[in-house]
Amino acid sequence: MPQIFHRSTNTISRVSIYGAVFLLAFLGWLFYTLEASPYTTQQNVAREQPVQFSHAHHVGAIGIDCRYCHTSVERAAFAGIPPVKTCMNCHAQIWLQSSYLAPVRDAYRDDRSIEWVRVHDLPDFVYFDHSIHVNKGIGCESCHGRVDEMPLVWQASRLQMGWCLECHRHPEKFIRPKSEVFTMGWAPPEGIDREAYGLALMKAYNLRDRSVLESCSTCHR
Amino acid sequence: MSRDRPLLPAYGAERPRYWRSLEELHGAGIVAERDSAAELAEAAGLDRRELVKYLGVSFAMAGLTACTRQPAEKIVPYVRQPEEIVPGKPLFFATAMSLSGYATGLLVESHMGRPTKAEGNPLHPASLGATDTFSQAALYDLYDPDRSQSITYLDEIRAWPAFLSAMRLALEKARTKKGEGLRILTETVGSPTLGAQLLALLRELPGARWHQWEPNNRDRVWAGASAAFGQPAETVLRVDRADVILSLDADFLACGPGHLRSVREFSARRRPRDRQRFNRLYAVESTPGVTGACADHRLALRASDVEAFARSVAGLVGAGAAAAAPNDFARAVAEDLKSHRGRSLVVAGDDQPAAIHALAHAINASLGNAGETVLATDPVPVRAESQIDSLRQLVADMDKGQVDTLIILGGNPVFTSPADVGFARAFEKVALRIHLGTHQDETSALCHWHVPEAHFLESWSDARAFDGTASIVQPLIAPLYGGKTAHEVLAALSDQPEFSSHDLVREYWKDKLSGDFETAWRRALHDGVIAGTAFSPKSLPSPKSLPPSSASAPNPEPGAVSLEIRFRPDPTIYDGRFGNNGWLQELPKPISKLTWDNAVMLAPKTAERLSLANEEVVKLEYLGRSIEAPVWILPGHAENAATLHFGYGRTRAGRLGTGVGSNANALRTADAPAGGHGLQIVKTGRTYSLATTQNHDVMEGRALVRSATLEEFERHPKFAHEMAEEPEPDMTMYASYPRNEYAWAMAIDLNACTGCNACVVACQAENNIPFVGKDQVSRGRAMHWLRIDRYYSGSPDNPTTHHQPLPCMQCENAPCELVCPVGATVHSAEGLNDMVYNRCVGTRYCSNNCPYKVRHFNFYHYSTKFRAPSMRMLANPDVTVRWRGVMEKCTYCVQRINEAKITAEKRDRRVRDGEIVTACQQACPAEAIVFGDLADSESRVVRRRSTPVNYSLLGELGTRPRTTYLAEVRNPNPALLAEESKRS
Repeated sequence: MPQIFHRSTNTISRVSIYGAVFLLAFLGWLFYTLEASPYTTQQNVAREQPVQFSHAHHVGAIGIDCRYCHTSVERAAFAGIPPVKTCMNCHAQIWLQSSYLAPVRDAYRDDRSIEWVRVHDLPDFVYFDHSIHVNKGIGCESCHGRVDEMPLVWQASRLQMGWCLECHRHPEKFIRPKSEVFTMGWAPPEGIDREAYGLALMKAYNLRDRSVLESCSTCHR
Repeated sequence: MSRDRPLLPAYGAERPRYWRSLEELHGAGIVAERDSAAELAEAAGLDRRELVKYLGVSFAMAGLTACTRQPAEKIVPYVRQPEEIVPGKPLFFATAMSLSGYATGLLVESHMGRPTKAEGNPLHPASLGATDTFSQAALYDLYDPDRSQSITYLDEIRAWPAFLSAMRLALEKARTKKGEGLRILTETVGSPTLGAQLLALLRELPGARWHQWEPNNRDRVWAGASAAFGQPAETVLRVDRADVILSLDADFLACGPGHLRSVREFSARRRPRDRQRFNRLYAVESTPGVTGACADHRLALRASDVEAFARSVAGLVGAGAAAAAPNDFARAVAEDLKSHRGRSLVVAGDDQPAAIHALAHAINASLGNAGETVLATDPVPVRAESQIDSLRQLVADMDKGQVDTLIILGGNPVFTSPADVGFARAFEKVALRIHLGTHQDETSALCHWHVPEAHFLESWSDARAFDGTASIVQPLIAPLYGGKTAHEVLAALSDQPEFSSHDLVREYWKDKLSGDFETAWRRALHDGVIAGTAFSPKSLPSPKSLPPSSASAPNPEPGAVSLEIRFRPDPTIYDGRFGNNGWLQELPKPISKLTWDNAVMLAPKTAERLSLANEEVVKLEYLGRSIEAPVWILPGHAENAATLHFGYGRTRAGRLGTGVGSNANALRTADAPAGGHGLQIVKTGRTYSLATTQNHDVMEGRALVRSATLEEFERHPKFAHEMAEEPEPDMTMYASYPRNEYAWAMAIDLNACTGCNACVVACQAENNIPFVGKDQVSRGRAMHWLRIDRYYSGSPDNPTTHHQPLPCMQCENAPCELVCPVGATVHSAEGLNDMVYNRCVGTRYCSNNCPYKVRHFNFYHYSTKFRAPSMRMLANPDVTVRWRGVMEKCTYCVQRINEAKITAEKRDRRVRDGEIVTACQQACPAEAIVFGDLADSESRVVRRRSTPVNYSLLGELGTRPRTTYLAEVRNPNPALLAEESKRS
């Protein structure tokens, strides 16, 4: 009886069986990498805004405090996007003719809101609260990066749950003195043990137990 | 396991049997409708193979939907941000909701100008911080997509100025005749401003007339007071001062002026450890209601037999001639009343004839209760008159052609007027018919002009509570559809047609507030009440003689069994005005647990005699008119009587309410609007399926509800513990969860719960719980996170009723958590059984493994099924809106817990006891629900759990629920108890 399969079939089947393992592993890796890549998360992608507002200029060069515009960051879940009136506090007097500011002046005159493009967008089932983070010594920079160096704002972090949990599990690596929360480019004192320093701050600020910070209902409800 | 504990209660030979439905009592077994995969496949017209194929593909597709990028969002800030608004932080505004002329004060939550949730106003005397189902569901009505949205003239859209000029024309015409031919029809007017406007108009046009009509009116209350005192008077109950209460067919714990306050005062005096203050309630009633369910003794009597009973009690307490043959019940009640002179209370039902009200006044007076437990004040409505006479007068005049213009300010008289009045027929003879209403309803169909009415959350107005306390009604939002208020339509008839409601209300109060007006006005708006506006109690002459027997009492055919019919407002959709409210339609009615329908309620014996079964459609013939309705057998209903709730059978209610149920108004007569003798029931041979939740989520046998009498409690304070075995806390193979800084828990007092359902709607509103429709309810898919299970004990002819609110138990050893394959339900460090919607893949294992059946599954995309754009505004932004295929359940309002924790932690302190109030707890008028922290030894929940009546539901399973119950303790009259046991 002639052989049904050619001898090479043996090789092909061996290769494909071993290959399948690698293929699956590769696909898994690909999926995970794509998931966490800037392609999906939009990390590091600067967004075009209706007004060419530069944080680098206002924060970095002039030194305006975050809270001048993001007024509710210490009080509410939402940090607050400034109303047009806030822009006009200064720009009713300086750079009156600037063409960059035309959309702002128009909005103010026509009583029409400026529609900013949201940069940091968490899924709707996440209930993030700015106020508790800044009140417990988590700096703006820890999540938003060096906003003072961003001409147009981009998302500095992945903003995925794994990234959130890095800090919720080990806040000592990220916590800073409350007085430095709004400081850009803050670094812990030279030569200090970051972890011991963080743990001391956690104790001083009465941070909750890791099991509480990790509980699902802390952020999801 | 400790074997020395007795399994049966030590005090009695037999454990009381609790049952939910007649099927269960008679052991017929409950067949819940379940659909298997095979049935589903068959329904879809597929064979099994194909079904599996589709299932596989949809599984894969569902996975792929996860591979999307989030769509770009816009942030739209203010141009000039109002000072008080912090985005994400709700504001609360005080206002008041009026129902049939009486106000309940509310605090309404507003998210950036969008009202989302109503809470009670603690400063308001009729609320004391609590709410009822109607005020909880008011938000739904505001966003109801079927609201009328434009002014129409003969079905064509018109503008407000066009309406104004039409009104001016009509007014000119009326002026020439001094108002002759101009009629205004309102519902009960409780608003002082509206009353003043109406009276001013009548002064200006003496020939004009103002009529009032609504189907659930207080005609008989006023007539009774007139018979007793010679003038109509408001009866204000002081339940807190009463030791013994007799209700004569009065559902004073469920509806009516000041009922929330009555419930608070009633249940505050039912704490088993405070025996001296424990009150006793006797209820005589025809239709089983909330009050009868709370009673220590309940007598099922036909409504027409209540008068004879009341007379015999009156005779026995010395308030009138002794009656012929008082029964044991009357004797015992009278003895009890007599031994509590000045501390007893007799309440007559609004539906009962004037004679009963007069009798109640006479009994209260002779017992010295007047001025103590019952006060009399001026009537709260601006004009306390007989509304049925007022309506009849109007119809007679319309018939004679004496009415040129009829302006209907709110209400739906074409639907609600009794059949024999012939309103609709006479109405068409009126030359100009104008209707102000929230919906394009039965009445607006017959009108020339229809003006959309502003919802009370869109209006400036004012209102009075049951005791006369005035509140300013302030709007939370500008009218969504340009609605107008009754004030504005009336202003169009005056010389100030452009006055807004705001101007008119301010104008009225300008010289009535003490001190600086602006300050006083702002204080009134802030507090929600105007201080010092309550009516002072009047001392009225004591009723001299007993009223003569009312004519309706005698049985038309002595000897023959005549059926009596009672018409009552529906417990959930009231007189039909909430007919298009999905929340209220799907709310299981407090006793019958029916949803989406009304039915003829019959006693089990009567149904047996007529050989009728549940869901059988019968023809009801009454005084020459007939309608068809399905039968529902209700344990505890008075024999030879039927109850049909009015409010159903709407023909133009909207997409939810149209064509639902049977129209009882088609049988009602003007002479006896509450019903009477002479009902004939004819079988039709058809059946109609009703959706009831009474057999849903059954927890099979076991001591679920535990109750005892006060005497039994004193002999066995730990009776609740002895009714079931509870494993020791260490009897578990799982490591116990470490106690953290907080340990959340809830204690529910079954003794306080009246089963009113306010908590159920509050939960629905707070947690974005969808309603699912009748078909889904009858499949057992109602979504209420918190349900109220109703149990009976005793004979089906007059059972004792028990209520048990059932939220998630937040078990410490939660069976649901162990079976979830994807970790979508896990324990939080503070003892919550967290539900993570975004992880749930819908295996439903958790629900199968939950012994309490508190988990609910989104079989369809319920959250958008009925969702018009306006309904999106209703959602609470602090809670996720769930998707199809996701399990959901109670989380102890975790959004409120987190909010309070964040607030406390920012100030570096612990959360204080009472700072977190769950939605159900906040709504409850009886304070039956207490939520708090087990780690705080001073907290209310710890104190409650340390009382001897505290027990865990299904504690024998070792789930260690964080929600526990306080067993029910009733206070029956020992004399009557002895009589009852002798008889049985």
